[in-house]
Amino acid sequence: MSLDHLSLLEQLMLVLAAIALFTSFILLEQARLVASIHAFAWQGALAAAVTTVVAASGGHTHLYFSAVLTLCLKALLIPWMLHRLVRKLELDRQIEPLRHPALVIMFAVALVIFSYWLVLPMVQQELVFTRNIVAVSLAIVLIGLLMMVVRQQAVVQVLGFMSMENGLFLAAVSATGGMPLVVELGVAFDVLVAMVLFGVFFFQIRESIDSLNVDRLNRLTERTEEER
Amino acid sequence: MIIESWVLVLLQVLLYAALAPLLTGWIRKVKARLQNRRGASIFQPYRELYKLFTKEARMAHTASILYRAAPYIVFVATWLAASAIPLVATGLPTAAIADVIVIAGLLGLARFFLALAGMDVGTAFGGMGASREMLVSALAEPAMLMAMFTLAMTAHTTNLSSMVDYQMASGNILRPSYMFALAGLMLVAIAETGRIPVDNPATHLELTMIHEAMILEYSGRHLALMEWAAQLKLMLYGTLLANIFFPWGIALKADMPSLGIGLLLVMIKLAVLGIVLAAGESVLAKMRVFRVPAFLNLAFLLALLGLLSHVILEVGS
Repeated sequence: MSLDHLSLLEQLMLVLAAIALFTSFILLEQARLVASIHAFAWQGALAAAVTTVVAASGGHTHLYFSAVLTLCLKALLIPWMLHRLVRKLELDRQIEPLRHPALVIMFAVALVIFSYWLVLPMVQQELVFTRNIVAVSLAIVLIGLLMMVVRQQAVVQVLGFMSMENGLFLAAVSATGGMPLVVELGVAFDVLVAMVLFGVFFFQIRESIDSLNVDRLNRLTERTEEER
Repeated sequence: MIIESWVLVLLQVLLYAALAPLLTGWIRKVKARLQNRRGASIFQPYRELYKLFTKEARMAHTASILYRAAPYIVFVATWLAASAIPLVATGLPTAAIADVIVIAGLLGLARFFLALAGMDVGTAFGGMGASREMLVSALAEPAMLMAMFTLAMTAHTTNLSSMVDYQMASGNILRPSYMFALAGLMLVAIAETGRIPVDNPATHLELTMIHEAMILEYSGRHLALMEWAAQLKLMLYGTLLANIFFPWGIALKADMPSLGIGLLLVMIKLAVLGIVLAAGESVLAKMRVFRVPAFLNLAFLLALLGLLSHVILEVGS
């Protein structure tokens, strides 16, 4: 088996990447808002852990910095901000289940297979084992996209968006040993700004339609419904 | 040599039957201690079995021959399934007879007759329990087989004994697929043996009971066999989890010292597993019956992710 040739650190990396994929599934299915924020925080922590292991096994010292950055930003700061927002909006006890959980999960599994198929030529060309993780990270990106499609709640859609960013980060780390520091700082800053903007938008949406269920934005106003 | 290995088989099969009540007693004891009770002795299940065997077996007037035969079929099928799972040694003749799929089939046979017996007398509880049992097992079995296929793809065999040999030979390797398969199989085991988030083993009259509802009408030796079969099933799943995923110490040779170490280690592993199970049962609350499919979907998802991560992460490089 090919796994025998890998060192323990490299095996650990694969395990962590696989768990990150699993957290994506949890995010997709979780009905409780607070629990999904926690799942997102765990995914960020796992991305940071993968980065640390890549840094330790490959000797890329600059990756330690991006691991710390990821941990602070995606595992601590953004979940904390989201948590505070949710408490302010008084949504912490709200439950919003998926409509067809089994169907959505099977679709997500199909996305995993699809991303594996996409990455296959790349894996066959190069014999670096971390490229296997590219399929996983692509799957995380696609599942984040799926989350933004199937969930109606605005906060959960933001979580889907953020987990897409997690997937992209994992892909960058595993395929090329991380992005240049300038790019990474830029992306981190962008995500932070996006988070702040989302926070403002939540309040705006809430004020105008009295709910965070964005499906209601499809209708014009409540009055036209009544007049009909 | 052949006679020797068959003696070992006989010994292992008897060990299964003899140790199964002990495992149940141990779990009950740990659970009682965790809940600040003193609890009964860990040998209490033996006393209960003895009591039931000496009592007269009463039968409902409407009971058919099937009702009378079911306890024996259930017990023998479960016992046969257990005999194919390596307990203290690998490479025994019974391992060549049955692989994972046959084990799943034997458990399915036992379950089929259990459900039929539940419906046979025609009480409301029996039918309810049988239909619930079928709901649970219809969802649990694919998850179990999927987890097993994950292991089979890694070891290139569906034979449990060869799987254990493969695990021992390849040494300590962290495999994402095994991790997922272990988690999925644990959820399946909880559902199949009727432990707490799915079914409450400590209850006798509750509207949401599953296993107890089916055997409610049984008494005497029939009830004893049914209880014993349930204990055997718990031990079977425990051994499956302990010996496939953590095969350390299992006897590869058939001599006295390695067999002794194998027995000691498997008992320690089962004891640890019992503590984990008891702790989980003390922490969790029982689910509503209609939440059980979601629980088993999670098990299926875990097993499926195990299969996928085997293909994506372990074969590709």
